[in-house]
Amino acid sequence: MNVEWFVVLSAMIFAIGAAGVLTRRSPLVILLCLELMLNAGNLALIAFSRMWGNGDGQVFALIVMVVAACEVVIGLGIIVAMYRRRLKIDVDSVSELRG
Amino acid sequence: MFFEQLLFFIAGIAALGGAFGVVTLRNQFYSVLSLIAHLLGLAVLFLLLTAEFLAAAQVVVYAGAVMVLYLFVVAYIGGADEPLRPESGLLRVLGPVVALVLFLELSIAVLGSSLNGLGSRGPDVGPGFGSPAQIGELLLNRFLLPFEAASFLLLVAAVGAVVMARKRRGLEEPEAAAVTLGDPMAGKPGIGARGEGKAY
Repeated sequence: MNVEWFVVLSAMIFAIGAAGVLTRRSPLVILLCLELMLNAGNLALIAFSRMWGNGDGQVFALIVMVVAACEVVIGLGIIVAMYRRRLKIDVDSVSELRG
Repeated sequence: MFFEQLLFFIAGIAALGGAFGVVTLRNQFYSVLSLIAHLLGLAVLFLLLTAEFLAAAQVVVYAGAVMVLYLFVVAYIGGADEPLRPESGLLRVLGPVVALVLFLELSIAVLGSSLNGLGSRGPDVGPGFGSPAQIGELLLNRFLLPFEAASFLLLVAAVGAVVMARKRRGLEEPEAAAVTLGDPMAGKPGIGARGEGKAY
């Protein structure tokens, strides 16, 4: 399989994730869509790593997975805190900090 | 060669279908399950790119651990209560359009670039490419600083999650605290967050 197929597939997944972040309102689903975008980045990194025959891209992908795990933990912590404070689980209603 | 292409299309369709499911399904529980399907498809694609260690990490860490965390939180906050009323009109139309434009732009950027390697399968790599041994060697030699930074980031995230998700007595609304004090049932030990909710 040529590398370009993988890269175009990764662009597709990234676009789907971006559409999800723009249209969904539940913070949990927005986190899932962020995961989609990070995974698309991972796929592109690994495809380019294969293209150069060099393992560096795979290390980058591993670091991206670590960052994604941290982001999930913090995001889910915020959602649980919202639930505890009886706030509506909706990104549109949590707008106190809007300028 | 034919088998490889077949596997690519099956895994690619699984990954794309999972991604569509995450965005379009109403029930958050199904969204998470759909993301698991997406991750498994992606792991097969990683294997096709000879990234064995990352494929294994994807299945074990992502599909195994992170998604279980998601499922716990979905079960905790009560899952399927995203309202069915139409989401704010403009974004609902604009979102897919932006995504389509983004995809076209990325594709043009990739396919229009003059990288010769894109049209090839990449150079022949030895059997050790993408193995845990190679990744570990890279992490401990060339990428030692990012490796340590990642471990520190994980520590900070773990502490931050504990701080954010714990119960905070001092930060409750004043009137809510008063109602809680006035209700003899609400203050009893052993009644969790759900019980406190009745005080409102």
